[in-house]
Amino acid sequence: MPEPALVVTGLSRSYGTVRAVDDVTFTLPSGGSLGIVGASGSGKTTTARIVVGLEHADAGEVVVRGRRRGDRARGRAARLARAREVQMVFQDPYLSLDPRVSVDALLRETLRLHFPRVDRSRRTAELLDQVGLGTRAAGALPRQLSGGQRQRVAIARALAVEPAVLVLDEAVAALDVSVQAQILNLLADIRAQTGISYLFITHDLGVVRCVTDDVVVMRQGRIVESGGTTQVLDSPQHPYTRLLLDSVPRPGWDPRAIATARRTP
Amino acid sequence: MSAPVSPALLDTAPVLDIRGLRLRLPRTARPVLDGVDLTVSAGETVALVGESGSGKTLTSRSVLRLLPPGAVAEGRISVAGADVLTLTPRQLRTLRAGTAAMIFQDPRAAINPLRRIGDFLTESLRLNTKTPTAAAEARAGAMLEAVGLPPALLRRYPSQVSGGMLQRVMIAAALMGEPALLLADEATTALDVISQAEIVALLADLRTRFGTGLLFVTHDLGLAAALSDRVCVMYAGRIVESAPAGALFARPRHPYTAALLAATPRLDAPQGRLDAIEGQPPDLRTELTGCPFAPRCASATDVCFERTPAADAVPGDPAHLVSCHHGDRLEGSTGHA
Repeated sequence: MPEPALVVTGLSRSYGTVRAVDDVTFTLPSGGSLGIVGASGSGKTTTARIVVGLEHADAGEVVVRGRRRGDRARGRAARLARAREVQMVFQDPYLSLDPRVSVDALLRETLRLHFPRVDRSRRTAELLDQVGLGTRAAGALPRQLSGGQRQRVAIARALAVEPAVLVLDEAVAALDVSVQAQILNLLADIRAQTGISYLFITHDLGVVRCVTDDVVVMRQGRIVESGGTTQVLDSPQHPYTRLLLDSVPRPGWDPRAIATARRTP
Repeated sequence: MSAPVSPALLDTAPVLDIRGLRLRLPRTARPVLDGVDLTVSAGETVALVGESGSGKTLTSRSVLRLLPPGAVAEGRISVAGADVLTLTPRQLRTLRAGTAAMIFQDPRAAINPLRRIGDFLTESLRLNTKTPTAAAEARAGAMLEAVGLPPALLRRYPSQVSGGMLQRVMIAAALMGEPALLLADEATTALDVISQAEIVALLADLRTRFGTGLLFVTHDLGLAAALSDRVCVMYAGRIVESAPAGALFARPRHPYTAALLAATPRLDAPQGRLDAIEGQPPDLRTELTGCPFAPRCASATDVCFERTPAADAVPGDPAHLVSCHHGDRLEGSTGHA
């Protein structure tokens, strides 16, 4: 069995009296895709931010490819090595790119930092091709691109580093349905080609079903249920998972029953 | 004060009636809204569905004449009998303060963070109808209770309540002027699924209690089908299909509607690749001939690129309108089986 891409053990984080993340443990296999779902305030984004290193944990550890992620990387080499462990794609493609840097320059800069000896022109063309962007997009500034194209750029930039784990925090939530489908298909193709692992943070259970193998359901900082995605979504064991599933709008849906169910703990 | 609407008129006339709305923006090659027809009756919920740039938000904003600078509107918009495009500024103010109210996507962007929730709720009554403060506050308290919030919230600041609660406050604010028509523009998009269900339950409840007509603008077809009586699907500034929610979901006739349904990740669909719609919606800088969806459509033939399809009723179902030269091709398709 290959080494897991990511092992999270006993992760906790409090803000004042609120336990945002409370003893969270999960494993992301190499080449796997794990979804974290939950309502607002369930701690899913905080968990993702701790994995990336944007937030500190009060307790617990994050291990990527067998290496413990420390609190602080010392020195340039350690910082770069750390960046190659985990990369992140954010929700809003309009906020995550520097408006003054062209797509081409953005990818070249990333490559220059991480792989100074690689042929940058060739690799840039490869990356653009991998995310389905033409050479015309290469010279473009972010404002000249659509939301879907920008998200492709953000994915290309993350892939340029060749990370072990790609954290996608609601990365398709802001996109239109037709564009969202294109990006989800793209992500599936990239995983099949490169063997990268995904940690997929989302509130959309349809998306989870589409792109993840395993899923953990979080509520008020704790994991209430975890398992294979199909198994959890088809036969949920925890009442909260059932509530989440029932909340997804569909014909013949009863929002009143959900409102009542939420108030009964 | 707004002109009283006689009960007899309410029964016959829709609360919102848009006819042939055409909206042009400066420096564009084609109208951003191109012949929109839409009606909402009292107590009815109509969902307007479309992707970014389809014109769904502009349509709902046009109802309050909240038009972008330089926009030129043609056609007719009537709200409870008032012709919105010809109202005087004073009449327009009355319309916006009472007859029709809008709930926006991001409640935090639509409320002053420095004022108490009570000030926000009573502002329009105090300013527009000269209602005494005590009476306005009593009504605000009652409206908060109607949306399931404690009246004590009047003394709180927006930063002290959650997003879901604040969206309820926005709905309470919209109800303050006893509107005949409620416009909700992606009102639940920023909320998680459970809060979304609560807000939708609340809107459905208010509609039965107050008989308010509701125009619900959303990009989420599943949500549209679940909450509305009728769904209108917009593409490139036109309504391409309009039908009762059940029929639209089960038997879509427009290839765009069918493609949207197929592209939506669903819980009851098998895992695997989605049927993405290739290409992009048409740019506003290019002129359109024929059907706007033709370049992305698998069923398109020569006629689709030459003539604009008219909205025709599906045989045997006068409430199901589709603007497609090949609207019969999808016949027998079960949409999403």
